[in-house]
Amino acid sequence: MNFKKTFLPLFNPLSKDNPVIVQVLGICSALAVTAKMEPALVMTISVTAVLALANVIISLMRNTIPSSIRIIVQLVVVAALVVVVDQVLKAWNYEISKALSVFIGLIITNCIIMGRLEAFALNNRPWPAFLDGIGNGIGYGIILVIVSFFRELFGSGTLFGCQVFPQWWYDAGYQNNGMMILPPMALIVTACIIWAHRSFNKDLQE
Amino acid sequence: MKGLKRNIDKIKPHFEKGGKLSKLHSVFDGFYTFLFTPNETSRSGVHIHDGNDSKRTMITVVIALLPCCLFGMWNIGLQHFMATGNPDREFFTLFFYGFFAVLPQILTAYIVGLVIEFIVAQMRGHEIQEGFLVSGILIPMICPVDTPCWMLAIAVAFAVIFAKEVFGGTGHNFLNVALVTRAFLFFSYPSKMSGDNVFVKLGGTPAVDSYSGATPLGQLASSTEGAVTITDVIGNPLSCSDIFFGLYPGSWGETSTLCILIGAAILLLTGIANWRIILSALVGGFCMAAVAHNWASPLYPVSYLAPLTQLSLGGFLFAIVFMATDPVTACRTNPGKYIYGFLIGMTAIIIRIYNTGYPEGAMLSVLLMNCFAPLIDYCVVNMNIRRRMRRITVKNQ
Repeated sequence: MNFKKTFLPLFNPLSKDNPVIVQVLGICSALAVTAKMEPALVMTISVTAVLALANVIISLMRNTIPSSIRIIVQLVVVAALVVVVDQVLKAWNYEISKALSVFIGLIITNCIIMGRLEAFALNNRPWPAFLDGIGNGIGYGIILVIVSFFRELFGSGTLFGCQVFPQWWYDAGYQNNGMMILPPMALIVTACIIWAHRSFNKDLQE
Repeated sequence: MKGLKRNIDKIKPHFEKGGKLSKLHSVFDGFYTFLFTPNETSRSGVHIHDGNDSKRTMITVVIALLPCCLFGMWNIGLQHFMATGNPDREFFTLFFYGFFAVLPQILTAYIVGLVIEFIVAQMRGHEIQEGFLVSGILIPMICPVDTPCWMLAIAVAFAVIFAKEVFGGTGHNFLNVALVTRAFLFFSYPSKMSGDNVFVKLGGTPAVDSYSGATPLGQLASSTEGAVTITDVIGNPLSCSDIFFGLYPGSWGETSTLCILIGAAILLLTGIANWRIILSALVGGFCMAAVAHNWASPLYPVSYLAPLTQLSLGGFLFAIVFMATDPVTACRTNPGKYIYGFLIGMTAIIIRIYNTGYPEGAMLSVLLMNCFAPLIDYCVVNMNIRRRMRRITVKNQ
């Protein structure tokens, strides 16, 4: 059985077809939630869950949705899932849900979700659609985690809230880089990742 | 000098194509042309108006910066000894105090910037460009004297890589490298770039009782009760001549209006800076300052300054003479230059007066207009095309 072909939707979005750095989708939330690692991780899990489930549901309904109203149907499905995720977060991890504030609600507008529903779920069977959702969610998450690693390390000197840089660095005159906390630096770190990624994958260079 | 030349000529073949060190050709070429006039001439075409290459242009700008630079060093010493209570030192004590205070910063800026330039030039096989000669001296001059060297090194590396090299090196940057460095420092380490404690070097010695290290604009921005008189570091009010000569704390290159005017004269006489930009920026700044002064309000205390004082305080003049005129990042078309300069002057004063969070707006306004310069040029060129098209159609009818 061609194992590779079955799991292509799962592994392809991790690097070669990464939603953030190759398809350039979901940049907005990549800027907004990456100042600290913990929210970035929670955001990754939320987006992966929503994306995988939405992909499966839309894929199951793909033959019954009239083409003219498909966007509305997709929105309804995604919105319902986002509300569920939001409620779960509020119930189990209120602090993080406060830190992510409006961005959980804005998963609805995350271009990755609409993009994958339109491009993949509408013309594939549920199982590949599910794998595609998981793959794209993780691909999105990898970038979020890398960006938030650098931003939290250099912006706050911490990782997952634990102090990494020793106190004597600060006594010797070291200061956290305030710009790392600001959104522009997320763009620049993302650009650096794209730079490194493209120099390893020559076929992606334009 | 002749011996040096003979020795260098002896090792030259190693660096030519096919030589064993040919990979380092651009490094050799960079040093060679830095030391001697290049003796290569163009072989075809007669397009050259003047032998003025970018190396000579850059050196002229450095010369124009020298008055500000030397005065700034002396002023650092003056502020230091005034703040610590013995202002009656002789000239050279003051000057060398400032000289040794800024020397590490100048060296840091040059070494970090040039090392990156050399590495990138080697990687791409380009010749080494001289663009950093000016940026390297400008960067320390627009930063507070107490900026730690490691911050400067990070900021210079960031600016050279992300504002210049990724866009293709010298001549391809759309933002002014020195100002990107300063903006990076300003947003990354605000506690070291603004406030009352960074613009006067105390060097560990305790200050006199009435000491305040705030810059004039800083004093105004943080004042609460309407018009205040601006004072020097020990609390005496500043006179107009003090402001003109620059005897107050600030980023050390930018305080002296007189030295900046000398620099401007050098740049204008040699034709390196464009008078349109400087003139229109002055007009823009003056108009905005006059408007704000006319409707001065206690909410925005900086608006009480008279327009001319407004222009000669802070980094405004320095930014428009040495940074707005940077030919790479400014507008190319002549009408565009007027618009570009005017908007720089206007936005600098608007930010300075109406955004009390930023006591000085020159840096932000030049960076902002750098971003708009290509758009302004585009509009000017298209207007011209449309006007001439209309002339043709009218004639043909």
